[in-house]
Amino acid sequence: MSLAAPEAPAAAGPLAELVGRATRLYEDLDLKAVSDWKAGDASRRAIGFLPVYVPREVIHAAGALPVGIMGGGDQIEIVRGDSYFQSYICHLPRSVIELAVSGRLNALDGFVFPSICDVIRNLSGMFKVLTADKWVHYLDLPQNFDRDGGGTFYRHELATIASGVSALTGIEVTDERLRASIRLYNDNRRALAELQALRVQSPWLVPATEYYLLLRASYLLPPESHTAMVRDYMRHSRDARRNAQDNIRVMVRGAFCEQPPLGLLRTLERAGCYLVDDDFVLGARFIPEPLPEDGDPWQALIDGFLYRSLPTASKYDVNATKEADIVRRARDVRADGVLLIAPSFCDPALLDQPMLARALEKAGIPCTSFKYAEDTGQFQVIREQAGTFADAIKLWGTT
Amino acid sequence: MTAAVKDLSQDRQKQMISAHYARLARAKEDGRKVVYTFVPGNLTELLNNLGLLPVLPEINALQSGMRGKTGDYIHIAEKAGHSEDVCTYVKADIGMLKSGNIGPTGEPLPKPDLLLLSYTGCFTFLKWFELLKREYDCPVVMLHVPYQGDGRITEPMRRYVAGQLRDVVIPALETLAGRRVDYDLLRQQLALSARAEDDLVWVLQSARHRPSPIDAYFGGVYYIGPIFTAFRGTTDAVEYYQLLRDEIRQRLKGGLGPVTPEGTLQEEKYRIVVEGPPNWTSFREFWRMFYGEGAVVVASSYTKVGGLYDRGFRHDPSRPLETLADYCMGCYTNLNLPDRIALLEKYINDYAADGFLINSVKSCNSFSAGQLLILRELEKRTGRSGGFIESDLVDPRYFSAANIKNRLESYFQMVEAKRART
Ligand code: SF4
Ligand code: SF4
Repeated sequence: MSLAAPEAPAAAGPLAELVGRATRLYEDLDLKAVSDWKAGDASRRAIGFLPVYVPREVIHAAGALPVGIMGGGDQIEIVRGDSYFQSYICHLPRSVIELAVSGRLNALDGFVFPSICDVIRNLSGMFKVLTADKWVHYLDLPQNFDRDGGGTFYRHELATIASGVSALTGIEVTDERLRASIRLYNDNRRALAELQALRVQSPWLVPATEYYLLLRASYLLPPESHTAMVRDYMRHSRDARRNAQDNIRVMVRGAFCEQPPLGLLRTLERAGCYLVDDDFVLGARFIPEPLPEDGDPWQALIDGFLYRSLPTASKYDVNATKEADIVRRARDVRADGVLLIAPSFCDPALLDQPMLARALEKAGIPCTSFKYAEDTGQFQVIREQAGTFADAIKLWGTT
Repeated sequence: MTAAVKDLSQDRQKQMISAHYARLARAKEDGRKVVYTFVPGNLTELLNNLGLLPVLPEINALQSGMRGKTGDYIHIAEKAGHSEDVCTYVKADIGMLKSGNIGPTGEPLPKPDLLLLSYTGCFTFLKWFELLKREYDCPVVMLHVPYQGDGRITEPMRRYVAGQLRDVVIPALETLAGRRVDYDLLRQQLALSARAEDDLVWVLQSARHRPSPIDAYFGGVYYIGPIFTAFRGTTDAVEYYQLLRDEIRQRLKGGLGPVTPEGTLQEEKYRIVVEGPPNWTSFREFWRMFYGEGAVVVASSYTKVGGLYDRGFRHDPSRPLETLADYCMGCYTNLNLPDRIALLEKYINDYAADGFLINSVKSCNSFSAGQLLILRELEKRTGRSGGFIESDLVDPRYFSAANIKNRLESYFQMVEAKRART
C-alpha cells in the first residue's frame, strides 16, 4: 500500500526529496533500511524496541542500532495477528505480531519491551515464545522516582540491557562509549527541540505529517543521520516560503503508543488545525533536554529518566501534577485547544482522559476527545468533529 | 446432587468478613485509619501490625457484581466520562463511590486515609489510584513491584522492593498509624501466614484425587478469601484453614465430590483446568454450567492472583521484608507468559485434567493479552482439549449466558470425543 503525498506538498526540490525519503522510511515495514545498514559490516546488530521509551544510548553504545517498532499502521493487512488477540485488545500488538510472524522483523537481533501497559508487557512474553532464538528483554522502568530506590534498580536494568546487547555485538559498554552515544543523542535532542520550537513559532512551516515522518525516521536511522535530516528539513522548510493559513493551534495528547495513521493527521490539518504539540513517537523525545556529557554516564541516563522525562499515562504521577502539566504545556505552546485522542481499548490513555479533560475545562482551555486505531480508514466523523472544534474556537475562542 | 450443607468453614469465613466490615463501619469513631490497597501484592501483615484497616477495591467491585449492582455503577462511571473500553473493576468502583460507597453490609465504607499502591501484575492499578487520589485527596504510597520479565526474581529486584518497603512504605504507614512496626509481632504474623498457606496448598492439592473433593475455581474463590484479603497472618486465618482442611479430609475419606450451591456433586465427569478470572455478575449461573455437566475444576490460575503458594513459596519470618518482597513479586499475574504457560501445563498434568478452558475477560488486559497464544501452546504441549470463552468480571453486558452455555456444552462434547479416541 503506498501513501499519498503529505498535505501541503512540499515544493519540488530538496524539501520534497527529504520528505520523500522520510516517507519511504515510514513505509519500510520490511526494515530494508536496517538490512542495508547491517550489510555494511557483518558484525552489525540491530535491536527493536517497543513504545514508549527505552534508553537508546545504551543499545547504541553496545554497538547496535536501536530500531523503533511502532506497529504496522494502516499499511499491512492483518492476516495472522488477529488470531493472537481478542477483539477487545488494542490494535498495535496484533500488527506487531503480524510483522513478526510474517518475517518482517527478521533484520532485528533482539527486542526490548519497556514497561508501559499490560499488553506490551505480555507481548514481551509472547515474543519469548514466538521468537525463542532471539534476545527478548522486558525493561522495567522504575515507578519509584528516588535516586537510591528506583535509581539503583534502574542502574541494574541498564546494565542488563548493556550486557544483553553486548553479548550480541561483542562490544562492551564502557563509560567512554556511553558518553559518546549520549553526545550523539544529545545533538539529536537539540535538533528535535529546534524543530519543535519552529513548529510552535510558525506551524505552517512544519505540517503535522512532515513532523511525524521525521519523528518516525529517528526510529530507523542512526542518530547522526537523523540529526542531519532534521536540520536539513528546517533549512529547506524555511526556504520553501509556505504561507500561514487561518488555522487554530491544537495540542494532541494520548497517542504515545499506538500511532494514528497519517491520514488522520492530514484530516486534522484539513479540518483547520495546526498541530503545535503532540505525544506521537514519544520515545524519540522522552527526555527532551540534553543529558550531562561528563561524569557518570549511567547516572546521567538514570537522572534523565527520573527527573527530566515527560509526563505520560504510563508513568506514575507521583506528585499528582498531570493536570498542571497539561495546562502549562498548552499555554507554553499557545494552543487554542487540546485534542485528547486515544487508541481504542487503551487503558492508560483512556483512563487518563477524564482527569486531563477536567483540568483543561477548569483552566478554560477547549478540548475534545475521540478514539482511533492505527488502521482507522474512515475519517469523516473525525473531520467533522475537528472541523466543528476549530470553527467554534475561531468564532468564539471556545467550544 | 445431595442437599446443600453449609460447611462450618464457610460460616467461619462469613463471621470473619462481617466482623471486618463492622470494624470498617466503626473505623472513624474508633479512631482507626483505613488503607485502600489491592489484592495482588497486598501487605496485610504490615497493615494489621500497625492496626490499620485494609479495604480492597477489587473485592468491593466483585461483591457489588455478585449483588447485581455493577451494571448501574459502570453506567454512572461512563456518564462521568469513562470509556466503554476500559477495565470495569475501576468503573464499578468509581460508580460505587459516586453512589455513596455503600459496602456489602449496606453501610458506607470509610474513606481512605492512605492509598497503598502496590501495582503487582497490573498497570491499571496505577491509573485506578490516580483517579481515587483525585476523589479522596489523600496520600498515595507507591510500591513498585518489578515484573518477572525473565521468569525469575533477581537479587536487585528483591533489594529494590525490600528497600521501598523499608524506606517508603513502612515510614508512611507508621506515620499514619502513629506507631512503629513491631518486628517481633511481624515475625509471628508471618509464621501464622505460612501455617495458613500450608493448609491452603494442602486443600488445593486435594484436587489431585479422583473424584476431586473440591472445585478449585468456583469453590476456590471461597477458599482463597481469607488469605487473599484482610486476614493473612492472623489466628483467624489459621483456624479457618484448619477447619477447611478437616472438612476436605472428611470429604476425601468419604470419597465425596465437591460442594456446589445445590449440594455435593455426585459424578465427576470432566476434570478441567481453568485460566482467567470468573464472571461475578452471573457467578452462580456460570458455576451451574460446569457442575450441571459434571465438570470439576481441578486447578485454576485465578486462585493464585493474591499469592502463588503451591510452587513452594511461604512467608518466611526470618527475613520479613525480603519475604514480603518475594510474595509481591510472586503473584500469578506477575509471571511472564512462558511461565504462565508452564504453570498451566503442570496443572494439566499434575491434576490429570481432561482439558483446560480459558475464560477471557474483557476488562483485564493483564490476564487476557496473550491468552490465545497460551491456548495454542497448551494444546500443542499437552494434546488435551482447550476451550475459549469470553465474558467480563462485573459488566453484565458482556455475559451472554446462552452463548457461553453453548460453547461450554460443545467443549465438553469435544473432551468426551477426544477421550473416546484415546
Ligand atoms: S495502545 Fe495502549 S493498551 Fe495498547 S499497547 Fe499501547 S499503551 Fe498498551
Ligand atoms: S486490569 Fe485486571 S488486574 Fe488490573 S484492575 Fe482491572 S481486572 Fe484487576
